[in-house]
Amino acid sequence: MSDRATLVEMRGIHMEGRSDETWMPIIKGVDLTLKKGEVLGLIGESGAGKSTLGLAAMGFTRDGVRISQGSVHFDGIDLLAASAEQKRQLLGKRIAYVAQSAAASFNPAHKLIDQHSEAPLAHGVSGKSEAEQDGMELYRKLRLPNPDEIGFRYPHQVSGGQLQRAMTAMAMSCRPDLIIFDEPTTALDVTTQIEVLAAIRNIVEEFDTAAIYITHDLAVVAQMADRIKVLLKGDEVEEAETREMLSNPKEDYTKSLWAVREFQRPAKAAPAVDAVPVVSVQGITAAYGKMDVLKDVSFDIHAGRTVAVVGESGSGKSTTARCITGLLPPRIGVIEFDGKPLPLDYRKRTRDELRQAQMIYQMADTALNPRQRIRDIIGRPVEFYSGLKGRAKRERVDELLEQIELPAAQFGDRLPSELSGGQKQRIGIARALAAEPKFIICDEVTSALDQLVAEGILRLLARLQDELGLSYMFITHDLATVRSIADEVVVMKEGKVVEQGPKAEMFQPPHHPYTDLLLSSVPEMDPDWLTNLLAERGVENIGDAASAQMD
Amino acid sequence: MSVWLNIALALAVVAVLGWVFRFAGQKATGNNPYFRDMPYAVAFGFALAVVLILAGVWLYFQPAANEQGVPAPSVIFWRWAVHFVAGSAVAAFLFRLAGRHVGTGASRKLFRQMPLTAAFGILVVLIYAVLAIFAAFIAPHGQEQVFAQANVVPGGNPALGGNPEFPLGTDQIGRDILSRLIYGAQNTVGIAFATTVLAFLLGGTLGFLAAVLRGWTDQILSRGVDVLMAIPSLIFSLLLITVASAWVTGTGLTVAMVVIIAVIDSTRVYRLARAVGMNIVVMDYIEAAKLRGEGMGYLIFKEILPNATAPLLAEFGLRFCFVFLTISALSFLGLGIQPPLADWGTMVKDLSAFINYAAFAPQIASAPLLAAGAIALLTVAVNFVVDWMLHRSSGLKE
Amino acid sequence: MNPVFKIILQRLALGLLTLLIVSFVIFTAVNLLPGDFAQAILGQSATPEAIASIRRDLGLDQPFFARYFVWLGDMLQGDLGVSYAQLNFQTNMGAAELKTVADQIAPRFANTMFLAGVTAAIAVPFAVGLGVLAALYRNSVFDKVANISTLTSISSPEFFLAYILVLFLAVLNPLLPSIANIYQGIPFTDRLIATLLPALTLTLVVTAHMMRMTRAAIINLLASPYIEMARLKGVKPLRIITHHALPNAWAPIINVIALNLAYLITGVVVVEVVFNYPGIGQLFVDAVKNRDIPVVQACCLIFAGAYILLNLAADILSILTNPRLRHPK
Repeated sequence: MSDRATLVEMRGIHMEGRSDETWMPIIKGVDLTLKKGEVLGLIGESGAGKSTLGLAAMGFTRDGVRISQGSVHFDGIDLLAASAEQKRQLLGKRIAYVAQSAAASFNPAHKLIDQHSEAPLAHGVSGKSEAEQDGMELYRKLRLPNPDEIGFRYPHQVSGGQLQRAMTAMAMSCRPDLIIFDEPTTALDVTTQIEVLAAIRNIVEEFDTAAIYITHDLAVVAQMADRIKVLLKGDEVEEAETREMLSNPKEDYTKSLWAVREFQRPAKAAPAVDAVPVVSVQGITAAYGKMDVLKDVSFDIHAGRTVAVVGESGSGKSTTARCITGLLPPRIGVIEFDGKPLPLDYRKRTRDELRQAQMIYQMADTALNPRQRIRDIIGRPVEFYSGLKGRAKRERVDELLEQIELPAAQFGDRLPSELSGGQKQRIGIARALAAEPKFIICDEVTSALDQLVAEGILRLLARLQDELGLSYMFITHDLATVRSIADEVVVMKEGKVVEQGPKAEMFQPPHHPYTDLLLSSVPEMDPDWLTNLLAERGVENIGDAASAQMD
Repeated sequence: MSVWLNIALALAVVAVLGWVFRFAGQKATGNNPYFRDMPYAVAFGFALAVVLILAGVWLYFQPAANEQGVPAPSVIFWRWAVHFVAGSAVAAFLFRLAGRHVGTGASRKLFRQMPLTAAFGILVVLIYAVLAIFAAFIAPHGQEQVFAQANVVPGGNPALGGNPEFPLGTDQIGRDILSRLIYGAQNTVGIAFATTVLAFLLGGTLGFLAAVLRGWTDQILSRGVDVLMAIPSLIFSLLLITVASAWVTGTGLTVAMVVIIAVIDSTRVYRLARAVGMNIVVMDYIEAAKLRGEGMGYLIFKEILPNATAPLLAEFGLRFCFVFLTISALSFLGLGIQPPLADWGTMVKDLSAFINYAAFAPQIASAPLLAAGAIALLTVAVNFVVDWMLHRSSGLKE
Repeated sequence: MNPVFKIILQRLALGLLTLLIVSFVIFTAVNLLPGDFAQAILGQSATPEAIASIRRDLGLDQPFFARYFVWLGDMLQGDLGVSYAQLNFQTNMGAAELKTVADQIAPRFANTMFLAGVTAAIAVPFAVGLGVLAALYRNSVFDKVANISTLTSISSPEFFLAYILVLFLAVLNPLLPSIANIYQGIPFTDRLIATLLPALTLTLVVTAHMMRMTRAAIINLLASPYIEMARLKGVKPLRIITHHALPNAWAPIINVIALNLAYLITGVVVVEVVFNYPGIGQLFVDAVKNRDIPVVQACCLIFAGAYILLNLAADILSILTNPRLRHPK
């Protein structure tokens, strides 16, 4: 690769974004070089400036963003000096873009194929029927179902994973030299993601297209990129060939990113056979309106243990949590707490029953009242359940803040908006602890957080479990999280439990075919993972296609 | 029709000027991207703006009267307008400057981020508030006091038929216009304010109740509101005032009008309060509070209301403007605030004939315009403040 | 059946139902009046026989609901009743012919529709054009000036704008008449000129609203990812507007237009009074002052009907232009 000609050359890029009438730096002096046919992975946490930089490589900035310094050359053309018309002629024809949300990036008023052939027509690359024929050909290559027909549908008539592939086809329509992929699989479920990843990699290789692949997921970038560049808050951390970067990261920040995936709490002894579970869910069936969304779900959670409930969106994990908390009383079934049945509706539960089971939410932003100070958010359950007031309450709140590793003097009087995402999540944990519960439901508590921060939360939860003997029900779609924290696993699909058991058994074959598909679809840090998987199972047996075969 | 021809010609000139401007810019700056990529519409806009500004300056410096001493009213009105706008801008600027250096840290910070329009709005609202509260001390005469001299010309110049005791002159039956304008602040603004508060108490309470209780309460209230909102509000209030006028007259009718407008307007408040409430009720922190076992009172007062104040406050400003304009319109039609209370809408109606004197005696025409302008100024001011508040709250969300 | 049809039929039915309920509300409100209409018409000196006869004529001796349905039936047949002023005139003076409310309203209704039509013809293209421009050049000087001036215009009472226009276009520069003198059989150009000043006043009010709403709708639209996608595909700026923005902009723009035409209905009342324009708004205000119930009722129903119809039209048109609804899954 190293002997090929340079395609994109960005030098000393500084970018600024407008907020509150002043310009704040977003990118602080980044260089980027991309050779023809090469795929560069751009990774970093949210706010690192990856997307902004990716768009700048096209000579494009969003409203309220500007390039204040530096130069961008594409194949020798100075994009920052080029006129609007010159740039327009490059965009779509030689440089293309694949956005994160395909559903929002397709115009709802036009058919897919019309949007597909728009760029070839605008740039005079081919005629209409030719462009349409080519579109169908690309759809076939990208393994879309009914490639000859799907283009004549409107965007809202096609599923998310299919739209994402249709957008990749659209980007390919003029056979560009460069494609910017901006988190193309972030919004997708794992089993769908793998299919899209395979399709993208395939077609990029086939047409020898250069690409900048933007993502926050290390395992994904490992499959896709030849080289990886790591960004942190608008600064470059380091850049290296993919294998080199994975095996031998140099900077501390990169090392810490890699280390995230290594956290694994020690396995616990299995509970005694005659032990009474803290929470026992027995055959619950629940419905929204007339539709049953949960069907005969049963599992036990024992004292001091973590049960991870996994599944893709729509599998009924969160609904199960709503049933246990009593927000959605199940139609059939029993929920026992310490061996005694709980009233199904939360309004019929006693204050002590409510206290025993607490909940931590996915979106810390909406879980904390933005108008209450931290001290009041945590103080309210303390006062409500234990009746502590004044000094005693204050001391208890300080103690709780201590437990979640936030100094009380510094954080007690802040509003939630003055905290970072991870800190907010810790406050959510403290509020749950304030009730002194036996059992906590954690609903996707780490999925809105960056990996490093998520790691901190997981370690905190593990420590608290050991100290306080808590039981967790851990709802997640991320199998890495399951690996690091769970004792037992419950796999759900379409409102049913398809498999359950101790973690050690779940990660060993043989399993239920769905569990198998789910497990195999989670990208690993090994750059050969996708290649091996495809070789092993064949392209027919991954993703939605495989999922469909099961039903 | 020659006027239209002149306008068309002027536009053609501007069109050419715009093209010349862009071309000159390209040549002068060596094809700087700013001029190179400038759409023609932008160049046209620049040319139009320059021509309009020049015309304004030219008009401003025309003599205010010709050699025979006949006044040129266009020039006089234009100068008044320019002086008013410039004076307002300076006052707002000074007010903001003062705000940045006086007061608590939070208020200073607020003033630092404030645009001039919002500062102007706050200043005007403050002045109106002072006028309204202290009208009895500020006004030189009583609002119902009738003097012997009727139809005194504004300006206070005896040579032109004025009287220094009545700087803005007197009306047809000899009441001091300045005093009535000042009392108008108390009556018109006070009544509009009371109406808005009433509408908010009614609409806000029901709206939050519907959001929290959902189910049947929500259905019944919302459908009722839908029906009331299907009738244009001014028409509906006129209908109800007709009915009310059969029961009561004079001040009683004014009170009836307040209640009628408050009820009609509370439907809009209800919609907003319900929508805001609904958005808050679905938040996880409300769910957490419910699961904790908190009662309805705690939910509404501690969890929901504190988060609803910002949108409700902005809505209060907008509603006030709407109510104020509705009441003024009703008064103008002779069906709103009833005599003997001094009121701006009624004053405009009573004095409107004076506008026809503008061609030879501009100051005579100023009296009705001042009353109408007083209404416009307050609503503009409130709207400026609300606009800024909405902008701020939407900016904070991002 | 196509689901769009179903939705539209539902909306139509809902509109009719609303109209029915509104008519009932209007009828009930008027019947809250104390005392007797007959007494009100004939004054204190009327003989009991005369009152009884009028009561019979008006059906006031019938029960409430019976009266409502009779009234509704008459309304549907275009029989809006007879104005009290006319009745009074006839009873006291013995005039030969009775002018019905329908006779009174018909020519005025035409005048009002003409005024609204002229206003719409000026305001809609002007406001939508300016709104799109302000959205395209948002945060520029032009946008800020437009923001301040529309805000000012929205905030000013209609009569203030009216008198300012009279001052500049009628008194200082005698271009247009300040009193709308419209008579039977007036030539079209005279009629247009007489209507122009009231129409311009209404235009100022409506344009400001319409322009702000159009601007907001278009900005919202231009911020959508598919517009960015089109730009990144190298689509020409004009085509982005015509092909990508407009098809999705119809629904919000139509909504804006219909809402503001509905708003005209309220504005018309004040403006007609200022310019002495012989329309339905002026008739309404006079009737309210004289407590002429049949006229008030009829005008109210016409205004409310127009308002509901416009909102209904907006609703249906925005359903028809929504691609997601037009092409169901």
